[in-house]
Amino acid sequence: MKNIDSFGHVRGESLFVDDITTLQGTLYGVTFDSPKAHGTIKNIDYSTAESLEGVVKIFTYKDILGENQIGGIIPDEPLWAEGEVHFIGQPIAFIVATSEAIAKKSRALITIEIDEKPVITTAKEAKEKGSFINAPRSFKLGNTTTSFSNCKYVIEGETFSNGQEHLYLETQGCYAIPMENGNIKITSSTQGPTSVQKTVAKVLGVSMHKIEVDVIRLGGGFGGKEDQATPWAVMAAVAVQNLKKPVKYILNRHDDLRMTGKRHPYESTFKIGLSKELKIQAFEVEFLQNSGAAADLSPAIAERTLFHATNSYFIPNVTTTVHSCKTNLPPNTAFRGFGGPQGMFVIEAAIAKAAEEIGVNKKKIQELNLLSENDEFSYGQIATQVEIKNSWTSAKSNFNSAKLEEEIVNFNNKNAQYKKGLSFMPITFGISFTNTPMNHARALIHIYQDGSVGVSTGAVEMGQSVNTKMLQVASETLGISTSKVKLETTNTTRVANTSPTAASATADLNGKAVLKACNSLIDRLTTVASALLAVDKDVIEFKNNMIYANQQQTSLTWEKVVEQAMFERVALSENAHYATPIIHFDKSKEKGHPFAYHVYGTAITIVTVDCLRGTYEIDAVKIVHDFGKSMNIGIDVGQVEGALVQGIGWMTLEEISYNEQGQLLSNALSTYKVPDVFSAPKTIEVLPLKTLGNEQAIFKSKAVGEPPLMYGIGAYFAIQNAVKEFNPNYQLKFDAPFTPEKVLMGLYEE
Amino acid sequence: MIQFILNNEVIKTTANAGITLVDFIRDHQQLKGTKIGCREGDCGACTVLVGTLNNSQITYKSITSCISPLGNANGKHIVTIEGINLPKNLNFTQKKMADNYATQCGYCTPGFVVSLVGYALEKSPQTTSTCNDAISGNICRCTGYKSIEKAANSIDQKLLGKDSNNSISWLIEEGFLPTYFKEIPQKLQRLQPIELAKRGTIVANGTDVYVRNADQLSEEKVHLISDEKALKGIVFTKDKCIIGANTTATEILQNEQLNTIFPSLKKFLKLISSEQIRNMGTLGGNFVNASPIGDMSIFFLALNSELTLQHTSGSVRKIPFQEFHKDYKVVDLKEGELIVAISFNIPIANFNFEKVSKRTHLDIATVNAACEIAAKNNVISYAHFSMGGVAPIPKYLSKTNQFLKNKTIGISTIKEAEKVLQSEINPISDVRGTETYKRALAKQLFYAHFITLFPQLINFQNLVSK
Repeated sequence: MKNIDSFGHVRGESLFVDDITTLQGTLYGVTFDSPKAHGTIKNIDYSTAESLEGVVKIFTYKDILGENQIGGIIPDEPLWAEGEVHFIGQPIAFIVATSEAIAKKSRALITIEIDEKPVITTAKEAKEKGSFINAPRSFKLGNTTTSFSNCKYVIEGETFSNGQEHLYLETQGCYAIPMENGNIKITSSTQGPTSVQKTVAKVLGVSMHKIEVDVIRLGGGFGGKEDQATPWAVMAAVAVQNLKKPVKYILNRHDDLRMTGKRHPYESTFKIGLSKELKIQAFEVEFLQNSGAAADLSPAIAERTLFHATNSYFIPNVTTTVHSCKTNLPPNTAFRGFGGPQGMFVIEAAIAKAAEEIGVNKKKIQELNLLSENDEFSYGQIATQVEIKNSWTSAKSNFNSAKLEEEIVNFNNKNAQYKKGLSFMPITFGISFTNTPMNHARALIHIYQDGSVGVSTGAVEMGQSVNTKMLQVASETLGISTSKVKLETTNTTRVANTSPTAASATADLNGKAVLKACNSLIDRLTTVASALLAVDKDVIEFKNNMIYANQQQTSLTWEKVVEQAMFERVALSENAHYATPIIHFDKSKEKGHPFAYHVYGTAITIVTVDCLRGTYEIDAVKIVHDFGKSMNIGIDVGQVEGALVQGIGWMTLEEISYNEQGQLLSNALSTYKVPDVFSAPKTIEVLPLKTLGNEQAIFKSKAVGEPPLMYGIGAYFAIQNAVKEFNPNYQLKFDAPFTPEKVLMGLYEE
Repeated sequence: MIQFILNNEVIKTTANAGITLVDFIRDHQQLKGTKIGCREGDCGACTVLVGTLNNSQITYKSITSCISPLGNANGKHIVTIEGINLPKNLNFTQKKMADNYATQCGYCTPGFVVSLVGYALEKSPQTTSTCNDAISGNICRCTGYKSIEKAANSIDQKLLGKDSNNSISWLIEEGFLPTYFKEIPQKLQRLQPIELAKRGTIVANGTDVYVRNADQLSEEKVHLISDEKALKGIVFTKDKCIIGANTTATEILQNEQLNTIFPSLKKFLKLISSEQIRNMGTLGGNFVNASPIGDMSIFFLALNSELTLQHTSGSVRKIPFQEFHKDYKVVDLKEGELIVAISFNIPIANFNFEKVSKRTHLDIATVNAACEIAAKNNVISYAHFSMGGVAPIPKYLSKTNQFLKNKTIGISTIKEAEKVLQSEINPISDVRGTETYKRALAKQLFYAHFITLFPQLINFQNLVSK
């Protein structure tokens, strides 16, 4: 079925935060943020700004009744700076006025003096200076030291992958309104309604039950609204608490780009050892994560980098270490893949470099080292139901890769100016929050007495169509048509204590909770139906809005059973809780079984480089992807295509640029370019891998949000192969994104 | 007072002509389907259509309403997503979008739908745009575009059957548009808008000033010039082509004679911005903006063009275009003076335009370059090379041009000329690229001109390959 929101979307009738009809007397907020990346605030003069007509109040840390603290994992981030500032864009004050235009004008009138301190913008520099968020983490398997001494080939190198701006089309925003008794209702564009609720309560110094957070939908999130939607909602809530007036705060694009964190840039060094037979024996890597000025989700993201450091390969001896380096950039945050892509880029770089030095095709090393059943990951989990070789061989055969490669050789022989390159990119991505306690969800189902159904879950709809999947689960389990089911907004008063919508796991967790709730309801309704039909409970089925007995349709309708249940005072509402079984992880040993299952797949990417102009086009990406047993292939293929193009953007043209003073130079859509219709691959083919699916996945339909992003890494290596084809002197570099500048310089390097 | 038709409703408003169209639509009219994504014309979420009446015929163009002054709607038909909704069902475009899973989060979707409906309205056998061109100014962060392309292609297929003589009726019958569109031309004729006061900052279609200054202009007086007929039009005399300063990139792109003069015109101009911005951006605006990488400046510098400037007093001044840009953002335009037109001699010799940017489309050039080279028996009689992104101004490469005069086209000439070129440019490192890269690009694009224009003499292998 189609995305249930598509009707409203294409008509422009779907509501986002900024579209809600505002109440009379609504005020508007704007943040005053630090113009310097590091220093001590000597003096701030708000007097002129405050006296501007229409300015209601300028809030600072002094107006906070609770704690001035919004840090999630580590309490290291004030809502508003007190004495020190740590990045350009760090919020210092919140101007509330009768219009956004006045608030902006007022902001320009604030003057600030800052005693500047040294600025760190790179992870390497932070490490040299001992500036870290927390202690480093290491995963170990086998013994790399002894293994390297037995390797025929040992290759070392370094890599850099830049950050990435989320560029959700809808900027961050919220609308907070006062309710009675000091309660506040906040409509927020957040992936984490509970984290908004919890943080607001803490900063306001009130109990969580006083704060209601409602999420209609997000105009894109991609991780950027997991933790970083929170501060804006808290600011608006502080203002509401003080002023008792509704406050709306929608960030303009420039403020959003400047003040929010991005995908973490990583600087890494690797050492890889291979046997004579090209088996990877040992792999060591040190990841330097540029975390920005506060922890945010960096420690969790760093952890996932370690989980995915060996991508789809079995390596018996592994030592990986990650340092979360504290710099003077906005705190970097979750972004689709959550540190996984950064890890995978390094192992792919290591294999590419090894292949180059040994003088074999990279593909050969990749293929020889793919994971097999019962192989051990560096974190102790044993690989089961492994589909990576299956996807690899399926990609080779279905897309006739031998022929593709031959065509490229012919093309390159014939063409001087244009060169084509091809790459293989396998992916293996673990599904679950790696923080085990987060893997649970709840659903609340109401069957109304007319037979219509309302479903509430903790899942946030942000374009991934999770609501469509929830609706499918409910309608299928209840045996009623989809038109009878409505998905409610995500609201903390209906479904509490939710995990953020993240980690690709939301449909699994919430879907299983919906399934459980629906099964309980069906169980009760079965009792009612069996009495009405005078048959045994176990011969009754609910389907097509009718009741079936012994596989025969009866005349009993869904509505009739519901009506009777109501009459018999049977509960027509159900709240269910689901927690993923099996999973565990012991951080003291860095071993365990953190993932419910893995998602696998292989992409073949073909590019053409214009060797005169240094530009390139992505001709095709051909993917075999493990959807399990997809419950909605149209939606799932859409996730693959979207993630792929986002991954290609990260690897090719999206270039975050800060100067040495920590100022963002790529600070607008005119200077930060995401893929447009022409830079997307000319063709994308997605073939579902034939598999049995996995019981841990909802309806055996595997999680699909994040894994395909990493197919985009293939674009980097395909471009590199094309460059090398033109310029045999080109020295492999692993410095993403591969912008046209790097292509041209590579084509003509001596 | 500003009067226009918004969807099916006549609007009469005393709102300041300088506020943005999107703010009027969303805040004053509470039509929330038009979204705000960037407020600089770079994402297309705020796309609306502008219908202009010309002799009872109405033509529609897509524009980004975030950088468009409300005053420019005066006398026009403005169509938002709400204005193309059918009462109950999805229109043809919407249905294709929904059926192809071409909407995920939905935030960019209304913009795409409006762009595609604009395409359907404009589509005729003469149309130069493809359906992908129509959405070249729309950014989607969710889908990866393939599903949107599928939807667009099926719309394209359907439009093959369009009756161009009765375009609007056909589109209504086929479920693209609501029926009220039929009455719009008559309604517009009855509108009789009053000419707006002309004071304050001069604004044509706003694609540059509104990116920089929308907040300020929203509260100030604006002097809107986009409807001034005197500044419009493309005229050909025996030996000249004269283009009014108010001519948009789209009008140039669609001009038949210009397409004859420049056989690759479409290829060139589609590298410039997006459909929506080409529909708005004017030549005069691009010249006055004085960006060192202004695409149209580079284009017309290579034609050795002449600018006509007119003072409010009526006095007219003509200057060589290459003397117009004095220094970074400093132009030879006196208080009260306006660019009226630009002209160049026809026929022209061999012409080429090149542009490299981080993203090929809807991006500002890292380096752009154009040239006109006249040669007899492979001897250059004159050359006009221009280049952007390599100097504080759009650079007319006088020394290189001088050097090339009377030289025979060949590898050694080109290589020597390239050295001269490097000596007269002075690129700086910035967010679009390092100095080293820009110098390398300057060389490559210089070579690209010769490879493109003289394939019999110069090719990639003999000029570039090692």
